[in-house]
Amino acid sequence: MSSTFDTIANIIAETCDIPRDSITPDSHAINDLGIDSLDFLDIAFAIDKAFGIKLPLEQWTQEVNDGKATTDQYFVLKNLSARIDELVAAKGA
Amino acid sequence: MRLEYFQLIDRVIELNLADRTIRTETTIPTTSTVFEGHFPGNPLMPGVLLLETMAQTSGWLLIAMNDYKRAAFLAAVKDAKFRTFVRPGERLTIEAKLAHDGSGYAITEAKIFRDGKKISDATLTMSVLDFPNAEMEMKMREHAVRVGLSLEARADG
Repeated sequence: MSSTFDTIANIIAETCDIPRDSITPDSHAINDLGIDSLDFLDIAFAIDKAFGIKLPLEQWTQEVNDGKATTDQYFVLKNLSARIDELVAAKGA
Repeated sequence: MRLEYFQLIDRVIELNLADRTIRTETTIPTTSTVFEGHFPGNPLMPGVLLLETMAQTSGWLLIAMNDYKRAAFLAAVKDAKFRTFVRPGERLTIEAKLAHDGSGYAITEAKIFRDGKKISDATLTMSVLDFPNAEMEMKMREHAVRVGLSLEARADG
């Protein structure tokens, strides 16, 4: 079974036509991979479907806008993977 | 259908919040300056306006699902098909179904029927946001009533 990171890296590669080998756990989806907000909706949809969750994008955006979080916490892929794992765990709890 | 106001839906026939579906209808006007250009001597309903008709139907579904407190804006289109010519005066039925309810966005599957036959379909991504100002919220609520939606609180909570 592939890891959470591998799953989202594959989704990003397919959705945004980004070479898979250029996507690493330390990649920032926006700053490094150049994914804009509209493309990220496609990624969010694919992630929601793949993991059976609902990425709380509005909450994350609000936290970033309010200065309570940095984009790194949600959009660096190893961190995004951790957030997804938390959401999957919470769903099963 | 009021092309000059870009209000493409005449009436909501059915709204099912439990199934997350909506059905609307509209009649294409017999005359419009649109048809003078598209095309001279061969008036056709533009495909982009059929697409907008599906987007507005999806929008009413999402606005109703959000208790008329949030607005929906077309963000992306996939797999849009226009299967036949559509002409002035024709009556259309439009269906939309929520395929995915995301955070701040939604995916809908929309279809247009004429005389029971599917003539157009598309998958739409809609941004779902708070109304940007009180005027738009008020006007959209008024228009919702005009197209036959009820603003009463949802029975299913």
